[in-house]
Amino acid sequence: MEIKGTKDGILVNLEGQDWLEAKDELISQITTRQEFFQGAQMILDVGANVLRAKDLGELRDVLSAQDVALTAILSHSIVTQETAQLLGLKSEPANPQGRPERKLKPLDTVLPGEAAVMIHRTMRSGFKVAYQGHVVVLGDVNPGAEIVASGSVVVWGRLLGTVHAGAEGDETAVICALDLSPLQLRIASKVAIAPKGDKDPQPEVASINGDQIVAEAWQG
Amino acid sequence: MSGKVVTITSGKGGVGKTTTTANLGVALASLGDKVVCIDSDIGLRNLDVVLGLENRIVYDLVDAVEGRCRVSQAMIRDKRIETLYLIPAAQTRDKNAVSPSDMIKLCNTLREEMDWILIDSPAGIERGFRNAIAPADEVLVVTNPEISAVRDADRIIGLVEAEERGPAKLVINRLKSSMVKRGDMLSAEDVVELLAIPLIGIVPEDENVIVSTNQGQPVALEAKSLAGRSFNNIAKRLKGEDVPWLDLNEKDGIFNRLGRIISGGG
Repeated sequence: MEIKGTKDGILVNLEGQDWLEAKDELISQITTRQEFFQGAQMILDVGANVLRAKDLGELRDVLSAQDVALTAILSHSIVTQETAQLLGLKSEPANPQGRPERKLKPLDTVLPGEAAVMIHRTMRSGFKVAYQGHVVVLGDVNPGAEIVASGSVVVWGRLLGTVHAGAEGDETAVICALDLSPLQLRIASKVAIAPKGDKDPQPEVASINGDQIVAEAWQG
Repeated sequence: MSGKVVTITSGKGGVGKTTTTANLGVALASLGDKVVCIDSDIGLRNLDVVLGLENRIVYDLVDAVEGRCRVSQAMIRDKRIETLYLIPAAQTRDKNAVSPSDMIKLCNTLREEMDWILIDSPAGIERGFRNAIAPADEVLVVTNPEISAVRDADRIIGLVEAEERGPAKLVINRLKSSMVKRGDMLSAEDVVELLAIPLIGIVPEDENVIVSTNQGQPVALEAKSLAGRSFNNIAKRLKGEDVPWLDLNEKDGIFNRLGRIISGGG
């Protein structure tokens, strides 16, 4: 099962898999990784599976009980597409500006399991990125913006918003920024609030040390 | 003639969108341009009050959109400045009475006649805001030097970028230089640094604004008020003129310095 974050929500690709098995696996993934999926919008690519209103309706109910909103179904099957429309789900992803979706093609040199996404813009209030992997931002993260990543988060700019690294429990995840002044930091299950007061901005790395999150100046 | 559509918005309410729209309308019209101000705050109109044209409303924006009158019939001509018009909002309807495509159609009609179409956006990020920015060629985001207004401005700027109407330009309204000097208020530099969009004007806190609003006489009509002069300068900058920054503080010229920083930085 392939899961990736897109601009429109979490895209889950079940193409070529048997529906019943894939459905059970998806539900178990969501229950075990609640932190990552919670509040997410989900787009499901079911490939050629022929699904009736009962199948999709059930899944939608199970997902919404986990606070996951099923927003769109992608399928080659016309029956499934019609079912999706019947249930008020989109049968193609919302992409009004027609911007190409950011596709991540793994290179040979990529280490196994080290997926990352790069956001080359300032993240303003109200924008949220949830990604299974590392997140790199080239720009500022303003107050009110939110990043949730299963891996580490690197901000080449000012980090003033909220970040949750290691959202699936990875306590080795780190958060670093050129100016680390977030509203709130979370790594795995630990939460820290940045101390008030002005300091000279300097590159810092936050990580879990013992029982709490500590921030240290970046030592090249 | 192809007029330019400028939408004035903010996210947060009460920061001065309507005051800014009215004064820019007056300022641009005083320079001889043909200007129409559209109040898109359907159900909570007050641009007509600020402009002192409330008693002359016959038809409104919704009448024009729904075809109960011609667009020209909904345009109220200002008595003081011949080239200034207002299309008031309907008071008895809500935002859903108009769609973004209605606004685009209306503005395309107005572009042929007018140099400037100024749209006063409602507060919020819902339908009314979407209506207001749909036809925009340029977006002005108004904010006050306080955290909550800046936070909302940041959100709005992001939405404007997402709608590909950006980059928005920033108007900082109600700045009190004495409070900034005491460190009790965000400075214009602080606001610009966080929002990271070009600054087009700083308007100082000025009691004349309240007096003039109550009288329906926008401050831009008065050359002596500092706020009025600031609005006139924004109008000139909209027209592409390079206007020096007003010294809003009698003793310490921090705005001059700011102006130099900004013009120096392009």
